[in-house]
Amino acid sequence: MGQAAAETFPDLPPDQPEAIRIDDLRKSFGMIEVLRGVSLRACEGDVVAIIGGSGSGKSTLLRCINFLETPTSGRIVIGGEEIALRPDGTPASRRQIERARRSLGMVFQQFNLWSHRTILENLIEVPVHVLGVPRTEAVARAMSLLTRVGLAEKAGAYPAFLSGGQQQRAAIARALAIDPRAMLFDEPTSALDPELVGEVLNVIRDLAAEGRTMILVTHEMNFAREVASHVIYLHNGVIEEQGPPASLFGAPRSDRLKKFLKSVS
Amino acid sequence: MEGLITASGLGPALDLLALSPPGWGGNLLRGLVNSMQIALGAFGLGLLIGLLGAYGKLYGGPVIRDLLAVYTTIVRAVPELILILILYFAVTDALNQFLVAQGYGRIQISGVVAGIAVLGVVQGAYATEVLRGAILAVPAGQIEAARAFGMPPLMLARRITLPAMLAFALPGLANLWLIATKDTALLAVVGFGELTLETRQAAGSTKAYFTFFVAAGLLYLLISLISGRVFGWLERRARRGEPGAGGGGR
Ligand SMILES: Nc1ncnc2c1ncn2[C@@H]1O[C@H](COP(=O)(O)OP(=O)(O)O)[C@@H](O)[C@H]1O
Ligand SMILES: [Mg+2]
Repeated sequence: MGQAAAETFPDLPPDQPEAIRIDDLRKSFGMIEVLRGVSLRACEGDVVAIIGGSGSGKSTLLRCINFLETPTSGRIVIGGEEIALRPDGTPASRRQIERARRSLGMVFQQFNLWSHRTILENLIEVPVHVLGVPRTEAVARAMSLLTRVGLAEKAGAYPAFLSGGQQQRAAIARALAIDPRAMLFDEPTSALDPELVGEVLNVIRDLAAEGRTMILVTHEMNFAREVASHVIYLHNGVIEEQGPPASLFGAPRSDRLKKFLKSVS
Repeated sequence: MEGLITASGLGPALDLLALSPPGWGGNLLRGLVNSMQIALGAFGLGLLIGLLGAYGKLYGGPVIRDLLAVYTTIVRAVPELILILILYFAVTDALNQFLVAQGYGRIQISGVVAGIAVLGVVQGAYATEVLRGAILAVPAGQIEAARAFGMPPLMLARRITLPAMLAFALPGLANLWLIATKDTALLAVVGFGELTLETRQAAGSTKAYFTFFVAAGLLYLLISLISGRVFGWLERRARRGEPGAGGGGR
């Protein structure tokens, strides 16, 4: 077991505390097993990129981390706290799940901003109502985040009046507003027009540079190569190959990964 | 015949509609207030039942869902007048039999309470469907985002789902409100002094049928017009996040 773990996480510095750890995660939808024993670990400051073909289970893996999907079996540890699961895989305590979720800032492919609230209201919603941050403090923090992603003048606008790129930058700011231990990105640029991809990637690149812990599902291979500290190639619900970006993209070992990289380049 | 003649000369008609006796205007207004009281109460009760019913239908277990399906199907299939007669007489009768059996005396249920209860149950069935559809129309991703940030279920309903579904629900709810105001007229059959009954009595006593029914019709129309304004304002407010709805982009 110890050896298996060592082989699973070969190149991570052992001295950083673990932000997210997943052991032998399995997930079935009905009869179909979508994740077949996936383990991964993100220490503080890591940027873990997950790549793979459509339907390989990337989103499911990401959504299992904050229990938007209920795993069938496996172990999930968030910030050193193991999520207690019943034998059937369902969380034993809703409270514990909610606490874990409040430390994970999720960014969705479709942005999912709350359309009946302004951008500023979107940013302060969770801090004020879920985390109990005083309103003035939350607003000040939200405004500085909006400034940071270049949307300060859109604070009072409703999401539908923003471009896709602006909406996604706002969604990233919303996730940052909870001051998360780690960020989860599910293909944050896949729903964007090509000319809007860059502005969103710039924001994420910034976060990586400042040492944010992130797990990032992406189809942007160049970007993954640039920002990731560790890359995981998922195929049919198992990790086919993983390692530092230089070796994974520079010298892929498995034929499947070689073929995949060729198909997306 | 006399009614027509009275109506043609406006002076005598206004005398008949004077607020204090011998004019009947006060009675009509009292009836109107009663009608509005019942309509408001029934609409509110219907909203409450509808909210629980919608969530029950969407997220409840099979038993709850079946019971709700029976409720909405029956209420929507049977004419309201019959429902009112059944609910009013059967329910008060059953309640009194129960009270007598328990050793208590019979009670007289107040017309307002009975009216609100009876119409509220009817409204609740329609509201269940209106709200269920509206909740389903809220993009799933927005609800999922709230869950992903650790929002507990009740807060999620209050802060995200309900305000977001309002834009989809308001046209249906506006309809239900107008039905509620008009359905109060049906309570005349159980002898409740709402607007229609007061009008009939005034008309019967004075034989000025035309004057009083036109006056009552105008009152109903006035309510409808005011309601339209209020709901229109509410809907614009609920839709202010949508482009092209006169919303506040900036
Ligand atoms: N809720 C669901 N019910 C049934 N099957 C699902 C569900 N979500 C995903 N799947 C299936 O699981 C597989 C992996 O999906 P997903 O994790 O979304 O893949 P990816 O994000 O890598 O494209 C796909 O075959 C998909 O059809
Ligand atoms: Mg996906």
